[in-house]
Amino acid sequence: MRKELGTFILLVVLCVVLAILNPSFLASANLQNLARLIGIYGIFSIGLGLVIITGGIDLSVGSVFALLGVLLSIFLVEWHLPAAAAILLVVGITTFLGVINGFLITKVKIQPFIVTLCGLLFYRGLARFTAGDETKGFGAAAGFETLQSLATGSVFGVPTPFIILILISVVAWVVLHRSIFGRYLFAVGRNEMAAHYSGINSDFTVAGAYILCSFLASIAGILLSFYTNSISPSSHGNFYELYGIAAAVLGGCSLRGGEGSIIGILIGTALLQVLQNLVNLLGIPSSLNFAVMGAVILIGVLADQLLRQRQAARVTK
Amino acid sequence: MNQPILEMQKISKRFPGVVALDAVDLQVFPSEVVALAGENGAGKSTLMKILGGVYQPDGGAILIDNQAAAIRSVSDAQANGIGFVHQELNVFDNLSVAENVFLGREPRSFGFLINRPKLNADAEIYLKRLGLNVSTKTPLRQLSIAQQQMVEIAKALSLNARILIMDEPTSSLTLTETGSLLEVIKDLREQGVSIIYISHRLGEIKEIADRVVVLRDGKNAGVLPRGEISHDTIVKMMVGRDINRDYKPPTVVDKTPLIEVRDLRTQRYTNQAISFTVRKGEILGFAGLVGAGRSEAAQAIFGVDAPIAGTVSLDGKTIKIASPRDAINSGIYLIPEDRRNCGLILDVPVRENITLPALSKYSSIGLVNNAAECKISREMCEKLNVKTASIESKAGNLSGGNQQKVVLAKWLSLNPKLLIFDEPTRGIDVGAKAEIYQLMRALAESGVAIVMISSDMEEILGESDRVAVMHEGAITGILERIEASEEAIMQLAVGHHQPVLN
Repeated sequence: MRKELGTFILLVVLCVVLAILNPSFLASANLQNLARLIGIYGIFSIGLGLVIITGGIDLSVGSVFALLGVLLSIFLVEWHLPAAAAILLVVGITTFLGVINGFLITKVKIQPFIVTLCGLLFYRGLARFTAGDETKGFGAAAGFETLQSLATGSVFGVPTPFIILILISVVAWVVLHRSIFGRYLFAVGRNEMAAHYSGINSDFTVAGAYILCSFLASIAGILLSFYTNSISPSSHGNFYELYGIAAAVLGGCSLRGGEGSIIGILIGTALLQVLQNLVNLLGIPSSLNFAVMGAVILIGVLADQLLRQRQAARVTK
Repeated sequence: MNQPILEMQKISKRFPGVVALDAVDLQVFPSEVVALAGENGAGKSTLMKILGGVYQPDGGAILIDNQAAAIRSVSDAQANGIGFVHQELNVFDNLSVAENVFLGREPRSFGFLINRPKLNADAEIYLKRLGLNVSTKTPLRQLSIAQQQMVEIAKALSLNARILIMDEPTSSLTLTETGSLLEVIKDLREQGVSIIYISHRLGEIKEIADRVVVLRDGKNAGVLPRGEISHDTIVKMMVGRDINRDYKPPTVVDKTPLIEVRDLRTQRYTNQAISFTVRKGEILGFAGLVGAGRSEAAQAIFGVDAPIAGTVSLDGKTIKIASPRDAINSGIYLIPEDRRNCGLILDVPVRENITLPALSKYSSIGLVNNAAECKISREMCEKLNVKTASIESKAGNLSGGNQQKVVLAKWLSLNPKLLIFDEPTRGIDVGAKAEIYQLMRALAESGVAIVMISSDMEEILGESDRVAVMHEGAITGILERIEASEEAIMQLAVGHHQPVLN
């Protein structure tokens, strides 16, 4: 928890400052939208966090969003599949992409960066081709309104994606911090050799992380598709993997592997969304959007590093 | 041969806890091949690293051409005409032969471009001298190990080396390659280069050495001139110290074999098959020189590097071991040599390290039961007397001896049948050493079969009930306790007897 404290303080300070500078930050419509986005982004950021804890990376998430959005629209709007069948298909296909990633990384032994970079390019191309490079959408969502409301609706004023995130976070927390599999994830990420000598099947563990990452991406991707309600295959989901990676890193995951926590990833996700919100509310030119985020992530990581160096110095003294 | 070109006088070197070299002398004359012999840890490599500028001596002087020379770095050594061909080659396999020879000293044109024609022509001169018949433009990765080694020698010669140190140059060469290397060494001697030759292979020493300098326990043990070099004279000089034997024989002697390894072939030594049995309750020592293939055999049995052939049977039943998990499930555990990388996850708490191989034992429905985990970790730490602030301390913060006990704790909380200790007390202080020996004996008494790989002769003779000796991937002999003497072991370890092939 101490590790996440810095990011958490930064988040609180940012919220307070923002609320003072522009009180409409606290308007319920703004907070609701913020929570909805945190919900969607948080779900796939957790998946990326798991992969990063094994010392890997998944760059293909954004392109997968485009592909699954296109497929979802085709299944529902063009083929008129039942909502449950369409969801099952999309989740199944996307999760299978994680199986492919896991296979290529652990059995064929190609570096995760390369495997998923190829995925980033390949799935984007596939999405554009499948859609005929045309924007797909759900229109008025006739026949699957309930499904759409998972992304756009609220329960007692709390946006459903946020509720889904909370449920997933609880499960993910148990898996990562309390289960055997979670312990293995950290062990393999810290020292794969020692894990191997302790009888851990590290291939299975690493592949598991990629499969979970893709599964969570499928859920986040479905919510995102309904949230935007239209999927332009060449731009839908662009850079989203980087938001996930940034959230995980801000939340204390080390790209070297073996470090990270669910709470940290959630705080990281929230911080990024509040920053986005800040750019909008303070009237900062939206072209500066990425520059602001880049700067804050850099400052956050720098501060963390300084803090850790000071701690280390205190220990050796 | 009147004036020595190199004189090392009373060289001493201490490392924390050990005196590696104690007033060692070494002389080298022009055009001479001096072989440096000694057991593991006798100080050969340390002495050479001091000459090569890798280490600084704590005492003594180095004279080159009768002038005191200060060798404070590798480049100082090079400037004094000392070339070093390490056992592990320092080559860049993505660069060409010529680029490797002149790395960092490339001839230039216009001050910043590499003058390739000159680079290749200059390299050619040295290749010719060594009789190496390859193009200077060949990438190193296309050369055999023996040829890459020649490139290293060429590099040393291009630095005007007059004294060439070769550390175990033949350890990964084939027989014919070894033959040609020895010819090259003889040619170099004709050309006026002096060579300091370190090898565990006494046959080679006999063939090329003009003189043998033997070290023992960091001291000079003697010098043999050309005429007196023989297997027996060298081995006698290498050993011949009093070994403090505190051997306690087992109280129960059970002769039934518990583990039987048959015709095991490892990936490192593909054409050597090893067979041995370990009896219930015995400590079988594995002696041999570094690189004899003992660790490889252990890793094959534990499933880390699956063996190419062979069977392992436990209680008469053949078991299949394809991964460490299979071995663990059969009750075969390894305490690896590389404790810090293979034995432990250093930046994880002691508790998590102890329970890692058997987490499911402390879990239900896939969730770890923290209380059960803490309980077993505390019990094991208490039982093995692990000195740690708490079971939540990171394993990396413990001393070497306590880290080793944590590795042991990983396995003792389970149900061991065969425990393989690979260099169990390396880097461990005397007190913890004694505790580990006691534990080993107590385990054997409780019916566990123990294999102890050790390069420490004192440990082998003091703890083993029987001693298997390996040389170049083969078991050259298995000695009963009464036959096991330092000399008998060394004779087998240097391959004096033909390998016993089953």
